[in-house]
Amino acid sequence: MYVYADNAATTQVSRRAAEAMLPYFTEVYGNASSLHTPGQRAMEALQAAREAVAKAINADHKEIYFTGGGSEADNQAIISGAMMGARQGKKHIISTAFEHHAVLHTLDKLKKQGFEVTLLPVHENGVVTPEDVAAAIREDTALVTVMFVNNEIGTIQPIADIARVCHEKGVLMHTDAVQAVGHIPVDVKALDVDMLSMAAHKFHGPKGVGALYARKGIAVVNVIEGGQQERGKRGGTENIPGIVGMAAAIGEATEHLEDDMKYVTGLRERLIEELSKIPHSRLNGDREKRVPGTVNFCFEGIEGESLLLWLDAKGVAASSGSACTSGSLDPSHVLLALGLPHEVAHGSLRLSLSVYNTPEEIEHIIQAVPEVVDYLRGMSPVWDELERGERPHLI
Amino acid sequence: MALYSETVMDHFQHPRNVGKMEDADGIGEVGNAKCGDIMRMYIKVRDGIITDVSFITFGCGSAIASSSMATEMIKGKPIEEALELSNKAVAQALDGLPAHKLHCSVLAEEAVRAAVKDYYDKNGIAYDPAMFGGDCAECHLNQE
Repeated sequence: MYVYADNAATTQVSRRAAEAMLPYFTEVYGNASSLHTPGQRAMEALQAAREAVAKAINADHKEIYFTGGGSEADNQAIISGAMMGARQGKKHIISTAFEHHAVLHTLDKLKKQGFEVTLLPVHENGVVTPEDVAAAIREDTALVTVMFVNNEIGTIQPIADIARVCHEKGVLMHTDAVQAVGHIPVDVKALDVDMLSMAAHKFHGPKGVGALYARKGIAVVNVIEGGQQERGKRGGTENIPGIVGMAAAIGEATEHLEDDMKYVTGLRERLIEELSKIPHSRLNGDREKRVPGTVNFCFEGIEGESLLLWLDAKGVAASSGSACTSGSLDPSHVLLALGLPHEVAHGSLRLSLSVYNTPEEIEHIIQAVPEVVDYLRGMSPVWDELERGERPHLI
Repeated sequence: MALYSETVMDHFQHPRNVGKMEDADGIGEVGNAKCGDIMRMYIKVRDGIITDVSFITFGCGSAIASSSMATEMIKGKPIEEALELSNKAVAQALDGLPAHKLHCSVLAEEAVRAAVKDYYDKNGIAYDPAMFGGDCAECHLNQE
């Protein structure tokens, strides 16, 4: 048995999405900007997809801009918010320490252009509070950008409350909802956010396509210059098959959302229950405020990359925030932001489930993880010192 | 996985000479948990020959494979030869390591040297301290 439990990295494309896409490769392949019939059919598909995506998050179709993915949407949202602020002399942006690099690196770029950035702490439970946001807002704050669901630990942020705090003080609010859309209810009117990013491949749509929601009145700035596509805000011939696949996937995900959430949460709870029994383990992130599918554990005395390689050999695809998997010497900035010591953060494991996982697969994971943890601890000098009391247990 | 050569994966999944040694003549430990890798190397020495060697390692796939390969390369060899073991030789024997994993082979070289130094210290064998310069902490600092 081989179990795919890395759905926060990417998901399998649903059959419905894949089938919806197929005609747009070989039959309806016109350029949506062309005047002829094949082009106009592509344009109709684009418009229908825009309406479907808008409907799924309770937006207007004019508020949806298709992009080349979630990272591009994050870049575009933040740059747009920053430029709107700069025109009023506001050059301060608030975000959090555990955002995705698509956000953090965009903020780094803006810093070089004279913006000031405040990164809020995320507390031990991985949840930012609206009070933290309120306290950080200044006269010159242009934008607050806080992710809806953290990609590594799965914690859900109080986006509606944060947006309220922002709007009370006249500050724009963006949320990176890449890990939220299709997994938990996302209603831009109820949340009252100004901008929101999403990526199709996180909810069983294709890779290379995403969308930016920007409510009416937001001056969206181009990241890619070009033709008049996406109302002039995103140059480049539209990826019609991808966009159609995204619309099919978001429709499917939102139709079954309640049932799927219940099902996947059940699988997750079983995982948490069993993996918590491993001695000196720790569930990262708030126990309750989490997306249905994501579980993140630290196991003391072992290193995450060797854990992943062994799990792969035993038929489990997972991921880790260990330094060795990131290509740097530091473990994941997300786990460090929770206040975990380096040596504990190195031993992290993220399992992210989807509606395609079965209870049998969860049992397979539950069997494999403790075996591998035991084996690696058996050959770990760190575990040896912990066991002999030469090093204090941290978890 | 394409990240590692077949030899690395073989040594990772079937590590040679793994485990603690209760009656070792020399024990060397290098690396630190903060950086994500620690190697501990045990050696047994008779008449200047490393008759037995074992290791335990906390670290990634290449750290475990590098430790395993290093033990094979020094087992049965005179101490002088073990001291000549270079990180390059370890990496080569593993059919290469990804660039950002080369420090794992450096750790293996240093673990061997640390075990020999411990053996010298315990047995009152004189040596030139310059032979044992540089440790993992420096290696990591250099990389940063």
